[in-house]
Amino acid sequence: MIKFVLMVNQQGQTRLSKYYDPVELSRRAALEAVVVRCCLSRSKHECSFVEYNDFKLVYRQYAALYVVVGITHSENELSIYELIQNFVEVLDKYFSRVSELDIMFNLDSVHIILDEMIQNGHIVETNKSRILAPLTAIDKMADG
Amino acid sequence: MSDVVEKTLTALPSLLSLDSQPGSAKLSSSSKLGNLIRGITELTSKHEEEKLIQRELLLIKEQVSSPNTTMRQMKELMVRAIYCEMLGYGVSFSYIHAIKLAQQGNVLEKRVGYLAVSLFLNEGHELLLLLVNTVLKDLQSTNLIEVCMALTVVSQMFPKDMIPAILPLVEEKLNHPKEIIRRKAVLALYKFYLIAPNQVQHIHNKFRKALCDKDPGVMSASLHIYLQLIQENPEGYKDLAPSFVTILKQVVAGKLPMDFNYHSVPAPWLQIHLLRILSLLGKSDQSTSEIMYEILDESLRRAEMNHNITYAILYECVKCVYTIHPKSDLLEKAAKCIGNFVLSPKINLKYLGLKALTYVVQQDPKLALQHQMTIIECLDHPDLIIKRETLELLFRITNEQNVTVIVEKMLDFLQINKDDHTTIDLVGKVAELAEKYAPDNEWFIETMNTVFSVGGDLLQPDIPNSFLKLLSEGFDSVEEDKKLRLFAVNSYVSLLEGGPSKLPQRFLQVICWVLGEFSHLREDLEPDVVLRMLAKLLDMKSSSSETKCWVLMAMTKLCSGGAALALVQDVSETYSSSLDTMLRQRAQELQILSQDSKLQAKVLPRSASMEPVEVDSSLSFLDGFVSEALAAGAAPYKPPHQRQEELSRSKALNMEPYGLSLPIGMSSCSVTDRQSPTLLSISSGLSGDSADFSHKGSSAALKLDGVKRLWGRDGYLAKKEAAEEAPQVEAASPVRSPSQRGDTDGSVSQTPTPECDQEKQQLASSLFVGLATQSSVCLMGKSEPTSQRFRRKPKASGGSEPMSNPLASPSDGADNVLPQNLLDSSDLDVSSPEQTHGLPQDPDTPNGSCTAEEESADPMAEPSAHEDLDRSRDSCLSSHLPAELSALSHSEITSLCSNQSLDVSACHVQREDSVVLVVFVSNRSDFCLQQMRLQVQSEELEVSCASDCPSEELKSHSVAVCQYLLTVQRPSVHFDLSATVSWQLPAGSPQTAPFSYKLPLTGFIRALRLSTEEYGAMWLAYSHDTKLNLTLMDDDQDPLAATLHVLKRKLQLHVVEIIGVEAIVACCLQQDQPCLMHCRVHAGMLAVWLRSPVPDLPDCLLYHCQRALQEP
Repeated sequence: MIKFVLMVNQQGQTRLSKYYDPVELSRRAALEAVVVRCCLSRSKHECSFVEYNDFKLVYRQYAALYVVVGITHSENELSIYELIQNFVEVLDKYFSRVSELDIMFNLDSVHIILDEMIQNGHIVETNKSRILAPLTAIDKMADG
Repeated sequence: MSDVVEKTLTALPSLLSLDSQPGSAKLSSSSKLGNLIRGITELTSKHEEEKLIQRELLLIKEQVSSPNTTMRQMKELMVRAIYCEMLGYGVSFSYIHAIKLAQQGNVLEKRVGYLAVSLFLNEGHELLLLLVNTVLKDLQSTNLIEVCMALTVVSQMFPKDMIPAILPLVEEKLNHPKEIIRRKAVLALYKFYLIAPNQVQHIHNKFRKALCDKDPGVMSASLHIYLQLIQENPEGYKDLAPSFVTILKQVVAGKLPMDFNYHSVPAPWLQIHLLRILSLLGKSDQSTSEIMYEILDESLRRAEMNHNITYAILYECVKCVYTIHPKSDLLEKAAKCIGNFVLSPKINLKYLGLKALTYVVQQDPKLALQHQMTIIECLDHPDLIIKRETLELLFRITNEQNVTVIVEKMLDFLQINKDDHTTIDLVGKVAELAEKYAPDNEWFIETMNTVFSVGGDLLQPDIPNSFLKLLSEGFDSVEEDKKLRLFAVNSYVSLLEGGPSKLPQRFLQVICWVLGEFSHLREDLEPDVVLRMLAKLLDMKSSSSETKCWVLMAMTKLCSGGAALALVQDVSETYSSSLDTMLRQRAQELQILSQDSKLQAKVLPRSASMEPVEVDSSLSFLDGFVSEALAAGAAPYKPPHQRQEELSRSKALNMEPYGLSLPIGMSSCSVTDRQSPTLLSISSGLSGDSADFSHKGSSAALKLDGVKRLWGRDGYLAKKEAAEEAPQVEAASPVRSPSQRGDTDGSVSQTPTPECDQEKQQLASSLFVGLATQSSVCLMGKSEPTSQRFRRKPKASGGSEPMSNPLASPSDGADNVLPQNLLDSSDLDVSSPEQTHGLPQDPDTPNGSCTAEEESADPMAEPSAHEDLDRSRDSCLSSHLPAELSALSHSEITSLCSNQSLDVSACHVQREDSVVLVVFVSNRSDFCLQQMRLQVQSEELEVSCASDCPSEELKSHSVAVCQYLLTVQRPSVHFDLSATVSWQLPAGSPQTAPFSYKLPLTGFIRALRLSTEEYGAMWLAYSHDTKLNLTLMDDDQDPLAATLHVLKRKLQLHVVEIIGVEAIVACCLQQDQPCLMHCRVHAGMLAVWLRSPVPDLPDCLLYHCQRALQEP
């Protein structure tokens, strides 16, 4: 099961966070700080999976941006690793060449995309065109 | 990893300059959101961030509540609020506005409103109720996008109680022509299933329809529900296995539309999902597994493409192959696959390979041999994560021969590891291995010393406890026990002589306990020396007051000598004025016991820490104090559950619908409730008291109960069982020559690489020793458990036996003689067939569970012979039962007392209106017994002779039968009858023999048949009540009914009515003392509330309910 999805930059600033297990607001900042430290301290040659307390972190780096996913031990790390890639590819398709600023300025859209892909900690859709369908429809209506 | 995106992103210039960015063009940088984002990107410190966000929050707060704010502005405000909350600043003031936005905005605004709601609110937040109407409206909208987003939010969070309001609408959507609506409807139903499975029980056939949907998206959405259902009940869905196999076949064959592909692999996550379902279905089920072999084979074959995602599928496949019923060629292929993983230069694959191997070696330890060189390399890997996973693998293949090497590796890792969580976990594993496989005392104590010093105060509390328990209970041989204890004492003395200031508190506590208990074993060690060492610990600044308590306790055990009396006096004086009450208590004990060596020897008998201690659990010695306090106007005691109930009732609104029209009043409380706390503590002890350790008081209590009480039988055993699941392999010859090693290597496909040096070879042979000797692949089947070094004696568990007679303590002045048989028996239909005929067959029935204490049993008799004797006696004696009783069911006839001249046995018979004790006295001698008399009495029961022994003379080898009518005077969990038999041989002096008989309360309980109305009226009238949560029986259909059935069968309760999740049950104690019970299923537990006019009856009955549900 997926516990949370985080996007953080190299400075350790959170760009997106979504929790699938309730975590109190007051504890989130501390958790994110530790998670970021865990991932940033690792070199490229090291494993992309880190154990952290009772869950595991799977992370992937894109330029200055890290996507970190917290999962339970029973989850398949590699499939989550590729899910991150799929997520970024979807963002890339939607924003055409996604950048950190796209994500910052369109936080709502990014969340809507994530909601299509993951619900209740489970992967519910991975087909790119289907993930984007509701969002593009909304965009069209808003423009029209 | 030549990913397009990665290149794209890397190619981008500095991301933080705002100009020349495509993203910023979409929003004018002058907008408020733009300002915020610019502000955030320019932050340099936490302090600045706080200032910025606080300012932003003020702005948002102001605008959000202004009536002029348009929905468009509101949408922007919500995004800003999401930002603030993402950075950790609460925006609870805007929650209500998010709901408003979802209600009133246009499509895009509505979506942001829903999004903000799902990000801000937790499931169960009260404001969610306000969303129900909006969702309801959107579900009925003609705009598909609105329907879509309503379904999305419903599948993320929805108030449980409101599901019925929208369920028909969601169900309707299952037939919608658009796949996306159908898919989202299925996901919404999945959410409903997760939060309220009962609500969607009636639509299981619709799930099947969704599984067969022509659209692959809808089908894969339904798999979420099935994975959940199958996890809970694999048996119920075996018929679907062929369907899942067919679906997987089609997916693997590429029958899905192209856009389901990911890097030209067809729907990989769907494949993984299906493989998980298949492994659940095929687990220990040969016929179902056989359906899957073909497709698993196919999946393994297709894995040639070298991409991460295919490896992810492969990993799942390997796991599946090793979970389902084994097939040798598939296992071989899967094992080869694992080879590809662990040998891969890609570190992520290596990690997953190790994880797979860890899973697989539990089935087949030999597989580790094939990859031994890789494992060794991984053990020295610079990446700690890889190292850690390797240790996990080694933990699974540990046996007596490699334990020292593996534990050494683990301890090495602990030295460099900095993560607390890993330390705790690993330390626990080392302790487990040490306990299971330790080669000798010295190694064991030294390893445990390292465990205690490395684990420090993070250590799981059960580790020091089980260690102390181990030391005190001892093992099979007394000599060995003594050696182990002596070694521990020596080791600790030298540790204390070194520098005790560096040792963690928990370790110091262990040391104190051991020295207090066992330092007398070392003859050359004067108690004074130890006392002085201990006193030094008290002076250390770092010692916590808990440790000081342990020190004082140890001193109390050692102070009998007398030489160091001055020191002891000094210490106890210092601490008897301590602010810490615990410490003061210990100091007082030390002071008093050090002056009274007789008392000390009585209270703290040497080497008898495991002997049970008699405790007056009803605290009757406090009666005077309590009645004085009550007379002085103190509030009567309320048990914790009652207090909590009252507290919560006064605090929270009752959100539950009024189902049962039971009058729920404030529970009254009377003086007699005094006994509740005792009972409660005992029942909690029964329900597994391994958690009791958190109770500081008991950990620091007198050593008499120190260890024993912390160890529940359940908790302890559970741990042991878990440990035994770890692979155990038969022992081989402890020393293996290199040539032998070569042989085993040769038999393995994987040959070591030439560069691997001698050292690694050596390490390998020490690590994998004992694995190669297994002749055949041992799958699923448990290999024979090896003899464990530190195996506890079976008697040890006796120490943790729950006290069986909590209420038996004498309490004078409670002589309320209850009227007998006041009610006419025609009112109460107690002679139902189930209670009269159900008894003899079932050993769990009230009569059968009676235990008798033999006070003069023949110690020489073989147990089996004894049993035979019992059986034959039973059949023989039962023929002596009086005619009017023989038709009724009676408990097992138990021997109570036997000697050269006579045998006394007894049983009790349940009559409709009473319980009769039947005592058989058989003359074993060749003489005639004269003046034979029986005397039976009890504290809680009134005993009257129904028919006395026919005569005072008992002829040789004949049997006399006496009957006693038993009437309950005061309810108790068990009733003890004490009796004496006296007789005289023709030429001898009078002789007597005592015996006792014990029977449970349940023998006196009868079903009480009444209507719901009568029940309601009676419920109101009764004042004595008790509440407790009981465990429900495992039953997928209807746990409530199953639980009630057990209670009905074992305790003869009458189920008056079942209404939804509630039930009302009635019974009475010997006809005239009713007890009513109200049960409600709540949060997976059975909340039980008992009421009765009789004090103590609810408590005692509750005890038996708990017992009935816990015993299989």
